[in-house]
Amino acid sequence: MPRPPLSFRRLIVALAITCCSGALAQPAAPVTAPPVQPSIEQRLASLEAYINNTDPSAALKDQAGNVPRGLTTPVSGVPGPGHNAWMMLSATLVLFMTLPGLGLFYGGLVRTKNALSVMAWCFGITSLVTVLWWAVGYSLVFGKSFNSPFLGGTEFFFFRGVGSTPNPDYSPWVSQSVFAVYQLAFAIITPAVLIGAVVERMKFSAVLAFSALWLLLVYCPIAHMVWGVNGYMNGLSNPAAGIKAIDFAGGMVVEMASGFSALILCLIVGKRLGHGRTPMPPHSLFMCVVGTGILWIGWYGFNAGSAVAADGVAANAFLTTTLAAAVAAGTWALLEHLARGKASVLGFCSGAVAGLVTITPACGYVDATGAMIAGLLGGAIPYFACTKIKSLFGYDDALDVLGVHGVGGFVGLLVTGFFATATVNPNLSTNLSKLVGTSLWVEQAKGIAVTLAWATIGTAIIAGLVKFALGIRPTVEAEIEGLDISDHGEEAYIFDAKS
Amino acid sequence: MKLIIAIIKPFKLEDVKEALAGVGIEGMTVTDVKGFGRQKGHTEIYRGSEYTVDFLPKVKIEIAVGDELVGKAIDAICAGAKTGKIGDGKIFVLPLEEIVRIRTDERGETAV
Repeated sequence: MPRPPLSFRRLIVALAITCCSGALAQPAAPVTAPPVQPSIEQRLASLEAYINNTDPSAALKDQAGNVPRGLTTPVSGVPGPGHNAWMMLSATLVLFMTLPGLGLFYGGLVRTKNALSVMAWCFGITSLVTVLWWAVGYSLVFGKSFNSPFLGGTEFFFFRGVGSTPNPDYSPWVSQSVFAVYQLAFAIITPAVLIGAVVERMKFSAVLAFSALWLLLVYCPIAHMVWGVNGYMNGLSNPAAGIKAIDFAGGMVVEMASGFSALILCLIVGKRLGHGRTPMPPHSLFMCVVGTGILWIGWYGFNAGSAVAADGVAANAFLTTTLAAAVAAGTWALLEHLARGKASVLGFCSGAVAGLVTITPACGYVDATGAMIAGLLGGAIPYFACTKIKSLFGYDDALDVLGVHGVGGFVGLLVTGFFATATVNPNLSTNLSKLVGTSLWVEQAKGIAVTLAWATIGTAIIAGLVKFALGIRPTVEAEIEGLDISDHGEEAYIFDAKS
Repeated sequence: MKLIIAIIKPFKLEDVKEALAGVGIEGMTVTDVKGFGRQKGHTEIYRGSEYTVDFLPKVKIEIAVGDELVGKAIDAICAGAKTGKIGDGKIFVLPLEEIVRIRTDERGETAV
């Protein structure tokens, strides 16, 4: 739909709200035919759309559903300040989850000699993914020029056309630039979560090469399938979706994709030297607690921000996120107390993160009761995955990415299938009214299966490629010395630096 | 002259120092050490991974004394370090051939 240039619309706004002053006396751009003026009712409806987070041009449509040529209102095609403000804050919060939240959470759990390398991985991934996202990533997920349910398009390569104007495919009121940065923060944290499985024993160069390929070949397709308007698994807004699954904030895209990829990657990389013989306790649980707190806070941006608006659905996600995190933290610690008489701080931290993971796909779809159930299951099932299943099979998923994120995401997606309700999220009655409350969980299970298959097969190919082309592990000497010195030439702690 | 080496519980260091000062011994070398005897260690569990911590933190005190002070010093260390529970530590007494005060070049007991 062609619109008059932005500068012209701004001029109309200015004219409408100010008495014509000398400052505005500059000549307007020449316009051949003066546009049709909206009625006061249309302008009011357009403004009301801002409050309700709906399409401001809906009120302009004629009976055939088309907006007459040239008809617009002063608030059409401009970002809404409240929604935009919340999304800028949310993007900041999600970035804060990686730097330094995840860095501290993960860094505290490794040994002193590798603490800094975890920070380097988080930082390296942040820089690398930002460039990839700008160049192609955002477009491959949120473009649609390929007209494919599996991958986006090329129209937003190099952020072409990604400006302050909202992209109505994703939000009528949030600047596309803000949306792109918000989604960038997700694309950063997902590979950063993934590499927790292979800390202390993967080369920095291999981590970066793996992350780049994984972002493009695993993250982008899955994110498009789940969140793209024409995505294969976007049951919410794509009436033609092959699998009518729903995933509010990334149970498939972020949590399951990273969790199950982590298992495959840690099997290909192999165990840490001395795993099972040498003690490898966390070097600073204190740091881990600080990181957990930052993750929890950041998760409000992650979950409530996924409404892409400061609306009622966001408010619901804000509530359910809190409930699930607190309940899961307590559940994990209680199970530890029952199992061995002591509730540990690492148990509280692990439970909180597992609860946040579990509520991620559900937060904008379930009510408080659903959130309490997500919290209980999200504390209990990942607890067994981390403490029992891992030791049963003996794989070295160093920081329990599978147990916390893979399993938590899996549980959360099923919880969503069973407890999603249109009372919380009216959008569920658009395309899914027949499934919600009945067989939505079957669609969720199909989504889980596709994510699992794509992530594990993709990771196996990418990790194999990196191993073959670059080598994936440091030398034995480097690994024993620690990656801080061997990869970065630094140490995390130099306590005697004064002498 | 004797060299007394005492391994004690870290939180008893202040008591031992005061007890030694009570019998006139006001110089010592203190080191943080790790080890175990009959007390053994403990286990720590992190998300199901169990680690046995064999080596417990202790403090090692070294003092050089003249022969006539050895008995009093040992009594003072025992008085200060005793809790009556396993892990209170040990005292070793070794013969000491020579002491030199570097600043003045004094030798023997006067250099203590």
